[in-house]
Amino acid sequence: MVYFSRWKILSILAVCLLGFAYASPNLISRDVLERVPDWLPNQQVALGLDLQGGSHLLLEVETDAVVRDYLEVIVDSARNELREARIRYTGLGIADQSVVVSIMDTDRVDEAARRLDALEPDATVTREGDGRLRIALTEEAMVERRSLAVQKSVEVIRRRIDETGVREPTIQPQGVNRILVQLPGVEDPERMKELLGQTAQMTFHLVDPRVSAADALAGDLPPGSMLVPSADEVGPDGSPFIYVVRKRVVVSGENLIDAQPTFQENRPVVSFRFDSRGAQQFGTATRDNVGQILAIILDGEVISAPRIREPILGGSGVITGNFTVQAASDLALLLRAGALPAPLTILEERTVGPGLGADSIEAGRVAAVVGLVAVIVFMVAIYGFFGILANVALLMNLVLIMAVLSLLQATLTLPGIAGIVLTIGMAVDANVLIFERIREEVRAGRTPISAIDAGYSRALSTIIDANVTTLIAAVLLYIFGSGPVRGFAVTLAIGICTSLFTAIMLTRMLVVGWLRSKRPQALPI
Amino acid sequence: MFRGIHIVPTDTHIPFMVAKRVFFIVSIALVAASLSLFFTRGLNYGIDFVGGTLIEVRTDGPADIAALRAQLGGLGLGDVSLQEFGDPRDVLIRIQKQDGGEEAQQEVVEIVRAALGEAVEYRRIEFVGPTVSAELFRDGVYAVAAAMLAMLVYIWFRFEWQFSVAAIVALIHDVITTIGIFALFQFDFNLSTVAAVLTIAGYSINDTVVVFDRVRENLRKYKTMPLQALFDKSINDVLSRTVITSTTTLLALLALYILGGEVIRGFSFAMIWGVLIGTYSSICVAVPVLIYLNLRSAPASDTSPAAEAPAE
Repeated sequence: MVYFSRWKILSILAVCLLGFAYASPNLISRDVLERVPDWLPNQQVALGLDLQGGSHLLLEVETDAVVRDYLEVIVDSARNELREARIRYTGLGIADQSVVVSIMDTDRVDEAARRLDALEPDATVTREGDGRLRIALTEEAMVERRSLAVQKSVEVIRRRIDETGVREPTIQPQGVNRILVQLPGVEDPERMKELLGQTAQMTFHLVDPRVSAADALAGDLPPGSMLVPSADEVGPDGSPFIYVVRKRVVVSGENLIDAQPTFQENRPVVSFRFDSRGAQQFGTATRDNVGQILAIILDGEVISAPRIREPILGGSGVITGNFTVQAASDLALLLRAGALPAPLTILEERTVGPGLGADSIEAGRVAAVVGLVAVIVFMVAIYGFFGILANVALLMNLVLIMAVLSLLQATLTLPGIAGIVLTIGMAVDANVLIFERIREEVRAGRTPISAIDAGYSRALSTIIDANVTTLIAAVLLYIFGSGPVRGFAVTLAIGICTSLFTAIMLTRMLVVGWLRSKRPQALPI
Repeated sequence: MFRGIHIVPTDTHIPFMVAKRVFFIVSIALVAASLSLFFTRGLNYGIDFVGGTLIEVRTDGPADIAALRAQLGGLGLGDVSLQEFGDPRDVLIRIQKQDGGEEAQQEVVEIVRAALGEAVEYRRIEFVGPTVSAELFRDGVYAVAAAMLAMLVYIWFRFEWQFSVAAIVALIHDVITTIGIFALFQFDFNLSTVAAVLTIAGYSINDTVVVFDRVRENLRKYKTMPLQALFDKSINDVLSRTVITSTTTLLALLALYILGGEVIRGFSFAMIWGVLIGTYSSICVAVPVLIYLNLRSAPASDTSPAAEAPAE
């Protein structure tokens, strides 16, 4: 244990040098760092959202809505199919995640089942007796639709966030139907939540001129029309004004290629442009219905209902709602980024303002320095010269922790800083075990070299047993923990590994080097 | 050359085992008190585990908590609690989980922001919905259980089974009394507390392993020494190390507790308690338990060659 081969000394020194190299970018300002060539270590420790400020949002995609939408499409096509074939039916609708229908022409049930089965390759038709048919999506089709919805949602969220100019957002799917969004340094989390909370499904419909809203509400709703509340207009009784609009979509937001906030008569409006197909549909509809009212529906509410004065053939127009400047620019952003396939629910939010983040870093730094100084002074008081050696190892340990954190780009969180401070206190344990053992061996009458040899070799198994148990705790924390707690597990685990290296390798090398050069008759311990 | 202070005299002979009944009474009383506090008062679970909303605001001058409480109490959000948070200007607002599904929860922040306006600085907003809080709670329980099991297995693997049992008894003692302290003071019990409990478990086992290592070594060395004397000798042998390591860890943790900021104060408190109780239990619980576990009848030889500490 008192012999060090040359390659071993070199590799210990190399590890220390690499540690300094990879830790050093943390001392340089970011501006300077950008000019450091790529082949040099140039990565700083990545700060968690609780330190740099920002928002962490866990969203759930309501994939049931996607399945329901799809089933509604099947209901429509089943209705058309049965009508065309002149098969009488009743009770067509959605039940238990499938479409059900009862065929009244009992002798044509087989034909109906065959026709419905041919409608949709992803659905199977089963007969339930009494002419009842059930059209169910296959399990694979459901899974596929759900995962497509999550993928599409990730894309739309990314576009929406990119439009707001947030730098380096993280948007990743988690589990079956969740999306984790991390927005560093976001100034206005409420606005971001609002932007993500809207599905932004926009459709243009014609208002049904044949009935008034009051008649329709009283039960006289023509087939093919529906009731839609206004977003901001108020009816005579104080509740939202109700429009009667035709179900048929004139043109939908999917055909938009651009939307921009602008001003018309000094009021904020949103101008939009359709692709060629949308322009054609829009042109035809406006040409055939001059004088009628067009309802623009966003997420189930009429946001604007202008009268068509003349055909709009160029494929572009404006939405003049009751907008503030912010609302107009947000709507334009949502329309540009596209609609979400399903609504999103926020399951968890953790937002830290930049003020608190900066305060936490400062407090953590002060605590680390004070804790470090206290431990250093204590170690020198207890072990004198050997305490200084242990302190060299302790400082090197901190450098190595910073280096590993920078190299792995692991996220440093506030509990992570706590982990580092705890490591400062616990890292000296390995050296304490060794030094106490050396003291014992000296008391037992051994010579310096033999005492040090015995001290290191006998303490080793204790050190490893003791550290493995803490490492087990750290690993399980990482597996089961989330967010900031994981940051704690990471620094704790790194701290254990680096402190084993510094205590067993580095201080031993220093002690042995001192022993060889001074050849002391007694150990100052 | 300066040889350092030997804070624990080099040759102590403190008869710890004489007092083992006292230790047992103290420990059983602590555990019983902790359990009864846990079942009567319960833990003050943070929003991580029960769901709800937490908002930390900073006002311009010293905060008028009574006025804020009146203002927020009238919003119909159910149980709203306010407390000063580290600085007279900072207030921590905690709002209970709302009735209804996930959607109902999301409006809370908007309602509070509308009521308080932009006159205050929103330093932190945390919202945990009912689904996630249930998952976090489940994961927390799994983590603690899995950690204990893994440590048990490791010790079993490295020592004889008696050591493993004694270590786990000490560990459970530490975890239960930590929970007791949180129930007594009604500190926020949240995710970072679970992290602290796991770290305490790691530290406690670490300390216990060091003592056990010496017990095992002395068992081989002094084959005829009575167990009680042998245990006393083992504890005294490593007493100096135990005191020094506990001190350095406590120094670092005290710095964290006093200077590390309000957000991790509960976390550092739990750790400080853990170091104290972990040190106590490794000497006063783990070793005395060994006496009752029929250690000598088991083969005293070591099962693991690594304990011979291979020199290079």
